[in-house]
Amino acid sequence: MSDTTTEQTGASHASRRSFRERVAGLPKPVKIVAWVLLAVLLYLLPIINPPILTTPDIDFGGVLLTVTLYVLVALGLNIVVGYAGLLDLGYVGFYAVGAYGVAVLTSQQASWPFLLALPVAVLAALVSGVILGAPTLRVRGDYLAIVTLGFGEIIRLIAVNSESLGAASGIPGVGTPPSIELFDVPKLVWDGGVASVNVDDTSTFLLFSVVDLIPYYWLTLTVVFLVIWADIRIKASRVGRAWEACREDEDAAELMGVPTFKFKLLAFAMGAFIGGLSGALYAGKQGFISPNSFLLLFSILFIAAVVVGGQGNRWGVIVGAVLVAYLPERFREFTEWRVLVFGIALMLLASFRPQGLLPPRRTVRARKLEERLGALQEGGDRRA
Amino acid sequence: MDFLLDNFVALTVTGLSLGAIYALVALGYTLVYGVLQLINFAHSEVFMYGAFAATWTVYAMGGRAGASTGAVIGYLLAALVAAMAFSGLIALLLERVAYRRLRKQNAPRLIALISAIGASFALAELMGLRDKVADFLGLGETLRPYVRGARNSSGFPEIIDTTPLFTLGDYDVTNIDLLVITSALVMMLALDLFVARTRFGRGIRAVAQDPESASLMGVNSDRTVQLTFLLGGLMAGAAAVLYVVKIGSIRFDTGFLLGVKAFTAAVLGGIGNLRGALLGGFVLGLAENYGSALIGTEWRDVVAFTLLVVILLFRPTGLLGESLAKART
Repeated sequence: MSDTTTEQTGASHASRRSFRERVAGLPKPVKIVAWVLLAVLLYLLPIINPPILTTPDIDFGGVLLTVTLYVLVALGLNIVVGYAGLLDLGYVGFYAVGAYGVAVLTSQQASWPFLLALPVAVLAALVSGVILGAPTLRVRGDYLAIVTLGFGEIIRLIAVNSESLGAASGIPGVGTPPSIELFDVPKLVWDGGVASVNVDDTSTFLLFSVVDLIPYYWLTLTVVFLVIWADIRIKASRVGRAWEACREDEDAAELMGVPTFKFKLLAFAMGAFIGGLSGALYAGKQGFISPNSFLLLFSILFIAAVVVGGQGNRWGVIVGAVLVAYLPERFREFTEWRVLVFGIALMLLASFRPQGLLPPRRTVRARKLEERLGALQEGGDRRA
Repeated sequence: MDFLLDNFVALTVTGLSLGAIYALVALGYTLVYGVLQLINFAHSEVFMYGAFAATWTVYAMGGRAGASTGAVIGYLLAALVAAMAFSGLIALLLERVAYRRLRKQNAPRLIALISAIGASFALAELMGLRDKVADFLGLGETLRPYVRGARNSSGFPEIIDTTPLFTLGDYDVTNIDLLVITSALVMMLALDLFVARTRFGRGIRAVAQDPESASLMGVNSDRTVQLTFLLGGLMAGAAAVLYVVKIGSIRFDTGFLLGVKAFTAAVLGGIGNLRGALLGGFVLGLAENYGSALIGTEWRDVVAFTLLVVILLFRPTGLLGESLAKART
């Protein structure tokens, strides 16, 4: 059925549209099975250690962990930038609040268990989001970007200058999540196209240690799935629609009875919450944090992930985050060129594909509508 | 508190000379914002390139400590010309590569800001990787003295020995302080006259006021935008020379912090307002100095950032709050 309709509507877009329609048209059980399979595959990725994807110079599990942390950050920032349209250049500040929250509570000032410190740290990030958002969200557009940039730097400078936060040298000995050693998982080794099981190289299921980052990856991946689920629910709700309305035209939204300030603040708080969550997980994984992990550069890399992927589309920003985090690790000999390449990529994207690699469907639809209107107008002119 | 009172004159003079540099850089932000309502985030990099041009020029001419007064003036003039030319060139390039296409498409302002951020990082990193780039081009050996230590600061040859000229209160005002403050004032006066009195200046003001009507009245708006970027670049080049003379070194990532501060100065005085930039620069320089004397030098940048946030929150139009369009002679 769907094939015949797409053939009629046009050749060039046929394959893309039919793919989307086909996916949407699948029966629900098939979809669920496909999702589960994908999830299982992702969980097993560091175990499978696939030949081309794997990173030759550095532990693959650690790279996957970094990638998932970036994905988490990008999902959070996408709520602020993509859904609500608020350009936040100080997002690393919330990440820092989360990380410092865990570090201070488990090592510097107290010795709480990680699982108790995590919610408190994340809550602190959320509160900091509300505190920063309440005054700043009255400022619009590019001024907001500069104000958030200022706040991000202030948070970092406070960390650098406060003895109680470890000052410039940072905080060592951050607590780790509790380990439950259940069983060992052996990894695969590839020789050409043939895989064999390496019994010597194993990961212990849920033993969180500095030597083996794979359990952290599993933990973070689970958090990412939860966040994606919440993201889907929120985006489809009244709140999600209100955010989009604010983004498209704040004044019109306000006139239609959307309390724009409240919803923008909510977006800011949720973004801060997710940013704080990834910061807290980062601190747990790293075992040690210093202000240098929260430079403005990271805010820009996060923005790059969101913009490159396609702000407003959660799958797009996930792709963007994977690219931003994975490529420099895979091609480690070019790491020092990374910022240069991202700068140029941002510039080129802004000029030639401002909507990102995978723009949200609504943007695509709106552009098509505009093109059709343009074509209609031209046709009308020709006739007249 | 005692420290502030004891060193009040010293803090004021150094604050003013720092503020003069902020003000010159702020002019670039203010001009572009006045005409295009765009935060030219990469302007800080224009400044940084100028500072490197000045350093390299003096180095290439063999300038070092103990040169005669005439030679020093020659070095400084050459550095000034080189820095202004290089900065102007970079500013024009920036307009062409990062903004022109977006302007033609009437892209949303946030997209323009993202492009600007991209340009800023690309330019800064290009300077930070210049040894690698030179090696890549096969010029690594010839350019070694210029590209060496690309990620560390490059020192500006100490061609001027700091000598106290006269005493104010109990602070000896040095020749460098005086040079920085007066040259900044002269540059700014020249720019103010240019915008207020000449045909080109009238074009800039017209485009700032209403681009469409301006082009109907025969103002070439593309040319005017280019001119705006060029003027901003020239001012940044002049600021760059004063900066390396005063501070003594430059690094590929110096631009960012100075850029944010200059932007703060521009907003403080009222963005789009040329005289506001001057006032904003001086106020910021003084506030930073007094603030760090009060609560400790390590909080200096926090003072600047806090000032930026507070100004944007409570008086986004700035102290003088006026646009370039309304500037009168």
